[in-house]
This record gives sequence, C-alpha cells and structure tokens, in this order.
Amino acid sequence: MKRFLAFVRKEFYHILRDHRTLLILVGMPVVQILLFGYAITNEISNAPIAILDHSNDEITALIKKKILTSDYFVLSSNLSAENEIEDIFKDGITKMAVVFEPNFSETLEKTNNAQIQFIADASDPNTANTLVNYAQAIVADFMSRRVNGGMPYMIEIRSRMVYNPELKGVYYFVPGTIVILLMLVSAMMTSISIAREKEIGTMEVLLASPMNPSGIILAKVIPYLLLSFVVSGIILTLGKFVFGVPIIGSLPLLLGVTILFIILALTLGILISTVVDTQQAALLISLMGLMLPTILLSGFIFPVENMPRILQVLANLVPARWFIIVLKAIMLKGASIGIIWKEIVILCLFIMVFTGASIKKFKVRLE
Amino acid sequence: MKAIEARSITKKYGDVIAVNEVSLNVEDGGIYGLIGPDGAGKTTLIRILTSLLYPESGSAMVLGLDPVREYKKLRKLIGYMPGKFSLYQDLSVEENLQLFASLHNTTIKENYHLIRDIYSQIEPFRKRKAGALSGGMKQKLALSCAMIHKPEILFLDEPTTGVDPVSRKEFWEMLKNLNEDGLTILVSTPYMDEARQCHTIGLMQHGKIMAVDSPENVTTMFKKDLFEIKGQDKYKLLKSIREYQGTDTVYSFGSSLHYTDRSGDFQPRHLEKYLEKQGIAVVIEKISPTVEDTFMALMR
Amino acid sequence: MTDPAPIVSVKNLVKAFGKFHAVDRISFEVFPGEIFGFLGANGAGKTTAIKMLTGLWKPTSGEATVAGYDIYKEAESIKRDIGYMSQKFSLYSDLSVVENIRLFGGIYGLGKEEIKMKSDDLLKRLNLEKEAGSLISSLPLGWKQKLAFSVAMLHDPKIIFLDEPTGGVDPITRRQFWDMIYEAADRGKTIFVTTHYMDEAEYCDRISMMVSGKIAALGTPGALKKGFKARDMDEVFVGIAREGKSLAE
Repeated sequence: MKRFLAFVRKEFYHILRDHRTLLILVGMPVVQILLFGYAITNEISNAPIAILDHSNDEITALIKKKILTSDYFVLSSNLSAENEIEDIFKDGITKMAVVFEPNFSETLEKTNNAQIQFIADASDPNTANTLVNYAQAIVADFMSRRVNGGMPYMIEIRSRMVYNPELKGVYYFVPGTIVILLMLVSAMMTSISIAREKEIGTMEVLLASPMNPSGIILAKVIPYLLLSFVVSGIILTLGKFVFGVPIIGSLPLLLGVTILFIILALTLGILISTVVDTQQAALLISLMGLMLPTILLSGFIFPVENMPRILQVLANLVPARWFIIVLKAIMLKGASIGIIWKEIVILCLFIMVFTGASIKKFKVRLE
Repeated sequence: MKAIEARSITKKYGDVIAVNEVSLNVEDGGIYGLIGPDGAGKTTLIRILTSLLYPESGSAMVLGLDPVREYKKLRKLIGYMPGKFSLYQDLSVEENLQLFASLHNTTIKENYHLIRDIYSQIEPFRKRKAGALSGGMKQKLALSCAMIHKPEILFLDEPTTGVDPVSRKEFWEMLKNLNEDGLTILVSTPYMDEARQCHTIGLMQHGKIMAVDSPENVTTMFKKDLFEIKGQDKYKLLKSIREYQGTDTVYSFGSSLHYTDRSGDFQPRHLEKYLEKQGIAVVIEKISPTVEDTFMALMR
Repeated sequence: MTDPAPIVSVKNLVKAFGKFHAVDRISFEVFPGEIFGFLGANGAGKTTAIKMLTGLWKPTSGEATVAGYDIYKEAESIKRDIGYMSQKFSLYSDLSVVENIRLFGGIYGLGKEEIKMKSDDLLKRLNLEKEAGSLISSLPLGWKQKLAFSVAMLHDPKIIFLDEPTGGVDPITRRQFWDMIYEAADRGKTIFVTTHYMDEAEYCDRISMMVSGKIAALGTPGALKKGFKARDMDEVFVGIAREGKSLAE
C-alpha cells in the first residue's frame, strides 16, 4: 500500500509540475463554457408572441395578463384557429404561440388539471428554449399562488418546438462540454501519460521492479479521476451560477454517474495506452478515435434521431451518447435512477468491456 | 551456485535474429562484461535475463529463478539500469530515489549504506530536478536508484556509452566497490578497453557470443603473432603497408599500427626495408594482443 | 600545417546562458587539411562550441571566422561550406539510401545530373550498390555512419564537423571510418571531430581538450603526452580533468 501511495504521489508531482498542461486542463472548461454560453444566450425581452385562447375565460385572462406584463413578451396577434399558428411563424417575427384548451377554467375547477401549450419557433433553438422556459416559469408561479381548496392548480404545460424538435441551447451545452472535457482529461491524458513512461524508458525500469503493473496503471488514474471530477465541478458551477442552468434532479446521483463516466473514460485511456508506444500515437488515437465520435455522434451537436440509420447504430457504440442522455435527464428533467437505470447499465457494460480488453492487452513485459 | 545460467537463448524480431543460441554462465559475485558494438544483441539478451522479454527458445536461470515463469519473484531481487537514462526528469534527485525505494517497499534510510559512496556525491543537489543534472550525475543517480533495494544481482546496459573517459573511470570504481561487497554484476559496453575491469567477458557480435573468458585469457584466442609498428605520418604508413605483399591485417591502434603477417614466420627486417625504400622509417616490435585485437580477429 | 591561412579561427569566443558560461573565452586556429580533435568531458562545452561554429547559435561575444566567413554576419554562407554529421542524427531512417542522397544533394542545391553522378560514385566506393534501395533503418550502424559521412561531403564542403561519429560502432568499421577521414583530409578537407574513444584521439593531427567551457590543453597527441608525462591519451585526459578539477576548486 505504501508503495502504491508513493506512486500516486509521483503522478501528482508530474501533473502539478507541468503548469502549462494543468492550466489548459482547468482553464479550458471555463473558456469553453463561457464561450458557448455567451455565444448562445442573449437576454430576451419583448419577444412577440401569439395567443390562441379556446376558452377566453377568467383564468386564461389572468394567465395571459401575467405573461404579457412580464416584460419578456408582447402580444403580436390573437389567433382564432390552430392552422393560423403555422402561418404566423412564417413571417419570422412571432417567436412563440400560447394555446389554451377549451373550457380551461371549468376543467381546472373540476379536475384540477388543465392544459396550456407553448409552441415555439425553434429555428433559433436557444431563443425558443429560453422563451418556453420563461413562459413555463411564469405559469408555474401562477399555479403556486392560486390554491384551489387546499390543492395548488395543476396546469399541464405542453411545449412543442417546431422546425427543430431536438432543441439545443446553453442547457444542452453544459452536458456536452462535460462529456468532451472528461474524455480529454480522463482518456487522452491517461493514455498520453502511460505512453510517456514507455517513451522515456521508465516503464522498462518499472517493469523490472516488483511493482505490480496493474498498480502502475491504477496509481496513474487516481490523479486524473480527481482532476476530472474537479473539472466537472467547475463546469456545473459555472453553468448554474453564470447561465442559470438548473440541476433539477438529485446532485448525488448526478455526481455518481459523472464518476461512473470518468471511470469509463479512464478505462478507455488505459486501453489506448496498451496499444501505443509513443505519446504522439496516443494523442492521435485519442483525438481521432475518441474526440471526433464523441463530438459528432453523441448527440451533443447533431441530434442522433436525425442521423442516417447506419450512423444511429454507430452512435450507440459511443459511450458519451448514453452519458449525455443521463446528464440531460438528471439535470434538466429531474430524472431519478428508476428512469435512467438502463443507460447506467450500458455505461457499466462499456467499463467492463474496456477493462477486460485492457487486461487482455496489457503486457507485463516489453512485448 | 551460478548467478546466471543461460542455455541457447534465441530471440528474433521478424527476420532479424537479435540473439542467436547464446549460452552464458555468470559466477556468483562476479563481474561479467558483455562486450560488443551496437546491434550485437546485448540489450536484447539483458532484457531476456531481466524478464522483460520472452526468449524465442532456450532457457535461463537467474538466481535460480526462471525469468519466464518466476518473473515476479525475480524482479524483487534484481537491479536494472537500462541504456537510456530512465528516471523522471520532472522529479528531483531525492524524489526519484524515494520513489524507487518505495517501489521495493524500502526506504532510503534503511539502505543508505549501500549507496552512500555514490549518492553522497549528488546529495548536495538532492532538490534539483533530475532533468537538470549533468551526464555524470544522472548516471550516479540512476545507479543509486538501481541499488536502493539491495539487489542480489545488478544488470547494467551500456552504462558508460557516450560518457567521457574520466566519468567512465569513476563509474567503474563505483561498480568495483559494489562488487567487493558481494554484488554480482552483468554489464554491457561497446568500449573494448573496459574489458579489463571485468572478471569474465563475453565478446558479442551479430547475436552470438564469440568468446568467453577472463580478459587476460581471452586474448589467447588471437592465434597469430602481432606486431606494433610506429612511425611518422600514419596515413601514408598505413597505405604503404596495405600494399605490402606480406600483409594480412593492419589496423590503427592509438599512436601506432598493429600488424599481422600472412606467413607464420614474419621477418620485420623485410617490411622495414620495404618501407625504407619509400622513405618511411619505422620501429617494429612484437606485442601481445589486446581484447580489441582479439575481437577484431574473431569478427573476421 | 604550416599553411599561414587558418580555415577556422576563433578568438575569445563566449556563449553564456544567463550567468553560466558554457563556452568561456576559447581561442584556437585550425588549418586546411587538418584533423582537429575536439575532446572534453560531457557538458564541457563542446557541443555549444560546435553549434556556434556551424552557424546555428550566435555567440555572446568574441570573434570567429569559419571558411573565411564571419560567424555573426555570414552564418548562411558558412552553412554552404561545411558538412555536419552526428551520432544522433545523420540520415532519415525511413528513406532509402538513394532517397537520402538525393534529398541531401537537393538541400545543398546540386543539379540532378551531379547528384546522379555523385551517388553512383558514392555507392560504388562504399560497396553499397546492392543496398541502394534499402531503407536506412535496415542497415548496420557502421554502414549507416560511413554513408552519413559521405553524404555530409556530397556538396564538397571545405570543413566537416563530426560529432561522435563512431559511437557504438564495431572496432573494424570504426577503423574503416577513420580511413575515410584520413582520405578526406588527404584531399585537403578540414576535419573537426569529437570522440569518446581515446585511441581515436591519437589519430588526430591536433587535439584541443575542453574543461568547463575553457580549452585546457591544445597540441599534437605527442606533445600532449609528453607534457603530461602520459603513456596514452587516456592518461592525458585524466590528467587534464584532474587539473581542471583542482583549478575549479
């Protein structure tokens, strides 16, 4: 154990003394999140919206008033039929339509459950997302203030994005950035760090010593596990406090799956290091073999649902895809483990496969 | 007991036979020198004996252990210093040594006596990064790291290559001191003049050990009479002697030439006369061959 | 050696890295056709001095001319008149023998015909005709070094710098290499060579011995041996190093 700890300490020295790399690893998430965030969010005010009110009753009037006095929205037109919605988006001025179901008050009184629909023009996905969220917040606030015989109103909010159903925005960039950076820090840095030992010849000395080769590797991943964890923390914190990205679900669950994914990325890094002999090769394989699929096929930038069939199948083999689903579900939808257990099982399977392959490929000799 | 016993070890890389049916015995407490140029197979042989490579065929016992099957036990008992400087350049002198001590579950303090003579020379710089050390100091640190766990046998792969003569001498002094304390040493070197520092030498070329003996006795493999020729303008002299009909071999050796004749009955006077005609005055003297002479004779 | 015009002339040359003087006011002259041995311990400043003389680094102070060119102002002209070969890098190992010859011929601006002629001649002299298409990596070290030396002379330079050209080479090939050096010197080339083999020091016409940035001794092997009452260069080297140490302390 002492031997192992000495080795872990050494790995920390390596990382902490390489100031430039360390700065990049910690600075990059900050820069990336700020860049994505500010490039995408712009505070919205006085967005023109259309309203289709099938009820025109007392409560819908109250909700309409609340929405329109909020500074975020102005009324562009009152609609009278569903088919007008399509047309009104075409001029590009109206950003969102609010639809109240018929007999809104009545339904609400009787069943305590009525429906509002927000339909947003998602060709500008971020704006659409923001608008819907604002409107949702306003309605939610309204509900919590109105109590119907001891029970808060349950107004079912349905939102629909037209033109770009797989909505992208800053909320979605936070999970995406976490995934990319975890791949970078965990998988790439680990594989490079192991390859470096081979390149400078220290692996030869270590192998000739009684140090268990799996101990060498394990000691190597511990600092990167920590570093990755810190990096994820930075991104989540920035997302929450600078851009107001919510973490609706359970934080322990979120951190738990993050650690799971870090372990997955580390096993990938180890697997890469077993097949390469130089840092350059490690870097290339990590970039081409990990980063590109992660960026392109994980659903981070391009919605997997819109991909050709073959790419959709391939995307299933990209671990990041499953992690992004889990992240979004926990952060944005407040999903509990009961909902995402399937994805978690898949992530665990990946870990087992990568670990198995690494053990098979790992050499206790130089060949 | 023999410290190392290897029987017809062979190792191929594709079509290239790096080590070809090599057998060797290293006595307990001896200094065995593998002497040969780059590409002779020294590194491969050492790596096989240190359990870092599998032999293609043949078998070996190191300290009574099989490097293939019992590598875990063996790795606890050996010290190894590879040819390339293999320490962490971004760790300090002390941190490197500390790490290697921990690797073997020991401490610097516990085994300090083993490395005192060597380590004390670099101890004033113990806070310095290994990467910032001079060549000679790096070598001392590497040796300290290879010794810190009190190995029973030390493998050194070309520890003196590219090192200047003075540092080389110092290094051999350190090895001798370690050996006197009972350590068995297997060392490889391309410098023929270092042969005399070993108890036993193996002359290695093209994956084969051509001859094994003590440095004094190995020269008996040199079967011809060897003559030293001294004269001015060595290049002219060399060219003239090459054209001489009796010449078998003639090579530069420091300030003189080493000469063997085709016939077993060489008359120096004849060669002197031949050279005199070309206006070259020489002194010819019969000498005993060096290890390098022997190596060259065996190569041919 | 009585040629009055030196081809390399160095006066009080200094290269400082901060406070550390890697080369500390060295002065010497080398004459055409001379084999000049440049010896010293690791870190004594040999490599730094060679980098200045080959126009790769600017000196901190002092004067030097190489092949008649000033090393401050005419570094580019110097590069045309010198050849350089080192143990570490000489030829591209993933290119074939002829590809390397063509490449280096091209780098030095030789014409196509000239390269063809020279490469045929070179392969014949080195007995490498059969290996013309082989990758450098497949050649034994000794052949590689001999080939590298010939390639370094392809453009007919006046001076050739050889940085540990024979490290790790077998004893017979080492001597064949020195034959090539002798032959080049015989043709009037100036050879500037570093080595760790002390017997090779004896093969030089003159030797300079560097200790901590300074030239501690300079002369013919014979004169140095006499001066240090030594039997061979090994003893001279040890003697100088001891003197250097006591001077430093």
